[in-house]
Amino acid sequence: MDSSSLFLVVLLTGITLVVAGLGMAILISPRSFNLQKTESYECGLPTKGSSWMQFKVGYYLYAILYLMFDVEAIFLFPWSTVVRDLGLAGLFSIAFFIGVLALGLAYAWKKGVLKWM
Amino acid sequence: MNYSQPLELSHVTAWLDEVLRGAMPEFWALLIEYVLIGVVLLTLYAVLALILIYAERKITAFFQSRLGPNRVGKWGIVQSVADMVKILIKEIIYVKKVDKVLFYVAPFFMIVASMLTFGAIPFGQGLQVVDFNIGVFYVLAVSSLGIIGVLLAGWSSNNKYSMVGAMRSGAQFVSYELSAGLALMTMVVLSGTMQLSEIVESQRYCWNLFNGHISAVIAFVIYLISGHAETNRGPFDLPEAESELIAGYHTEYSGLQFGFFYLAEYLNMFIIAAIATTVFLGGWMPIQVKGWDTFNQIMWYIPSYLWFFAKAAVLVFISLWVRWSFPRLRIDQLLNLEWKYLLPINLVNIFVMVLLVLSGLTLTGLFPNVFGN
Repeated sequence: MDSSSLFLVVLLTGITLVVAGLGMAILISPRSFNLQKTESYECGLPTKGSSWMQFKVGYYLYAILYLMFDVEAIFLFPWSTVVRDLGLAGLFSIAFFIGVLALGLAYAWKKGVLKWM
Repeated sequence: MNYSQPLELSHVTAWLDEVLRGAMPEFWALLIEYVLIGVVLLTLYAVLALILIYAERKITAFFQSRLGPNRVGKWGIVQSVADMVKILIKEIIYVKKVDKVLFYVAPFFMIVASMLTFGAIPFGQGLQVVDFNIGVFYVLAVSSLGIIGVLLAGWSSNNKYSMVGAMRSGAQFVSYELSAGLALMTMVVLSGTMQLSEIVESQRYCWNLFNGHISAVIAFVIYLISGHAETNRGPFDLPEAESELIAGYHTEYSGLQFGFFYLAEYLNMFIIAAIATTVFLGGWMPIQVKGWDTFNQIMWYIPSYLWFFAKAAVLVFISLWVRWSFPRLRIDQLLNLEWKYLLPINLVNIFVMVLLVLSGLTLTGLFPNVFGN
C-alpha cells in the first residue's frame, strides 16, 4: 500500500461523502415549487442589482503580500529539515534570504499597505 | 524496549490484512482494504462531527450558565443525531440568481480539503492512512484548499453579504496560514523531519513543546491562535458575523449543502487540535520516563488512540474557552495582529530555534540521558 494510492482513496472518500449525502437528501427531502422561494435570501428584503462588481482593493494587497511569503515558505521547508547538518553556514545564507523578504514587508508597512482604510 | 499493548487497534488491522491476503489474490485483498479504509474514515469523520457538535453546545451552555440540549435522550446525548436527520430531510432550495456550477462545487472543496487533512493525522500506533515523508507540508497544502470552497461559495451566491464574508474569510485565511506554516516549520527544525509518524516517534521521552522550551512555547501559542483564526471561529469569526452579515458566505445554502459547511467547520477545529497534538504534544505517544519500565508498561496499557484523543480534546476545549471569552475583532485589528505582530515574531522565532538546536540547548541536547531517544 503506497501513499499515493492511499491519497486517492482518501480523495474518493471525501467526494463520496458529498455525493452520497446530496443524493440521499434529494431522494428523501420534500420538494415544492414556489416562485418566491427561488429569490436570493440576502437579508430578507428584495435584492437590488447584482453583487458581481468591483471590490475593495485592500484585500488584494494582502493577497499579494501573502504570495510573497508563501513562496518563501516553499523554499524554507526543505532547508528546515537539513539545517542540523548545514550548521551555521546554512543559517547565515537563509538569514540573508529572509532579510530581503523582511525588507519587503518593512517597505509595504512603510508605504501604508498594512493600514486598513 | 517493547511493551505489551493488548488493546492496540494495529493488532486488528494486521490480523485482517493476513486473513484477506490468505483468502484471495493480492489485487482483491488490496481493493477490499481500500474500501474498508474509506468506510472507517467516513464513519470516524461523521461520528467525530456529531460528538464535537454535542460537546460544543453543551460546553457553551455551561459557560453561559445554561443547561444546553437536554431533551433528546439522557442529557440530550442524541441531540446531534436528531439534528443530522433533520438537516438530511430538509429541502435543498434552488436559488435562481446563483452561478449554478460553482455554487454546487463549493461544498466539495470544503469537505474534500478537510477529509484529505483528516487522512494524514496519526490517530494511534499504525492508525494513519496517508503517511507522506513531507507530512507537515502536505497538511498545510491540502488544508488551504478549503479557502477555495469559501471564496467560490461567497462569489457564486450573488449576494452582497456572502461576498463580503468570503472576502474577509479569504484575507483572514491567507494571512493566518503564513503564521501556522512558520510555527510548524519551527518544529520541523527541531524534529529534523517532516514525516508526521517520525515526528511522533522522536517525542518518545520528551514532548516537542518542552524540548524546544522558549521557542517551542512561542510557536505553540502562535499556532493555536492562527489555527483558531483559520477555522473562522471564536474572536475571529467575522466572516460569518451573524449580527452584520446574516451568515456570511453560506447565507444562500440550505439543507444538507449548508450542513456540509457546518460539518467541515467543526472537523477543521478538530484537525487543528490534532495537528497541534501531533507536532507539539507527542501525538499518540504515551507519557514515558526513561528507565522506569513498570511505569512505562502501565502507560502503554492505555491504548495510543485514547492518548491521542485525550490530548486533542484538551486543545478543543481550550479553543471553545477562547471562543466564549473574547469579543469579536474588527478586520483591521485582525490583520494587524497577524502582519505586525505574529509574522515578525515568527520569523525571529525560527532563528532562535535554529540557534537552540545548533548550540545543543534543547532539553534532549542538554540531558541526553534523561530525554534522548
